[in-house]
Amino acid sequence: MSGHDHGGDGVSRRKVLECMTWAGTGVLWTVTGGVPRSLGIIDSAQAATAAAPGMSFLQISDSHVGFDKPANPNALGTLEEAVGKINAMPAKPSFMIHTGDITHLSKAAEFDNAERIISQSKLDVHYVPGEHDFLDEEVKLYRERYGRGTKGQGWYSFDAGGVHFIGLVNVVDLKAGGLGNLGAEQLAWLQDDLRGKSKSTPIVLFAHIPLWTVYPEWGWGTEDGGRALEQVKGFGSVTVLNGHIHQVMQKVEGNVTFHTARSTAFPQPAPGAAASPGPMKVEDARLRGMLGVASINFKQNEQRLAIIDTPLQG
Amino acid sequence: MKTLNRRAFGVDLGLALAAAILLPATSARADDMEIHIDNFVFQPAELKIKAGTTVTWTNRDDIPHTVVSAGKFRSKTLDTDDKFSFTFTNAGDYKYFCSLHPHMTGMIKVE
Repeated sequence: MSGHDHGGDGVSRRKVLECMTWAGTGVLWTVTGGVPRSLGIIDSAQAATAAAPGMSFLQISDSHVGFDKPANPNALGTLEEAVGKINAMPAKPSFMIHTGDITHLSKAAEFDNAERIISQSKLDVHYVPGEHDFLDEEVKLYRERYGRGTKGQGWYSFDAGGVHFIGLVNVVDLKAGGLGNLGAEQLAWLQDDLRGKSKSTPIVLFAHIPLWTVYPEWGWGTEDGGRALEQVKGFGSVTVLNGHIHQVMQKVEGNVTFHTARSTAFPQPAPGAAASPGPMKVEDARLRGMLGVASINFKQNEQRLAIIDTPLQG
Repeated sequence: MKTLNRRAFGVDLGLALAAAILLPATSARADDMEIHIDNFVFQPAELKIKAGTTVTWTNRDDIPHTVVSAGKFRSKTLDTDDKFSFTFTNAGDYKYFCSLHPHMTGMIKVE
């Protein structure tokens, strides 16, 4: 997969499937005018970045600080390894997004530990919450730390490098028997946020639970995700970045590229491959090949975002 | 050590017998029910009980869950091996789910 390009004339089914099996530490995203490209592991990504000026940012997800079960007795340690990988990148990314489940149980000490490690990247971090970040009784710890300047349950947008970024919250007010949930208030805000935007503006939507239906039997999807995607349909370049499922998956539909990042804490099984989506215990030697981060690179005047998933090891 | 164990056993047995004699109401406890959460599933998913029964949920997953019945009861977040109990005093159907993983649903039918 190293150096593989999702641009050009489209992505064959087999290539998409290859990407789905290609797991890593993080995703390096390259936005080059519209659609993301998956560049492979970090060296080739950096080579591509160097070839043309642009903007790159990182995605980190599902750090589950506080998790200490057999699937990874030291989730804080692997988060620190991921930050070490980020700091070792020769080209410094512009900023980082964290797609939720910062902590495992929303304890103050877990948030504090996460902050202590993630801040070592010395990057601005834009967070969206996962369901594990809203577990404290008063549901205030996440909001106190990361909710400033956000709307509703914590959604917001910002612009960077010519790209419009929209952070969505789909882990609140979940309905029995259902999937992730955005809700009417957030969808109305999204419509408002996009009003007047040029259709050539590259859009990045990010949220914790996949906005597309990955595997409803395990709750891997968002009930009203389709309504958000309808609103970005006319844009030339849309990239949807999610976490929650602790593995890399990608698909491309027209101008929309969907991508999920690895966790830095523990892997989860492929859809339907186990009795439940719970933490998957693998041999110690394999664990770091299944954790990682992602980087994304945006280049002016190109129609593609490049996404690079980098495992902690391998 | 053996004699100590035997003595401790004898004390426990004595207490148990005393409890059985002094507290005949404890026989109702035999009806109390357990539900386990394993692999993101409430087991059993549907339970029929009599009014007055206490149901205890135990989370045996490595991931936290909750037990929520809208307007009826709501557990705190249950980490691994945490328990939540609720006593059903009124007849009716109680649908419930995990508010973190809403595809996990269950039903308590109280007669």
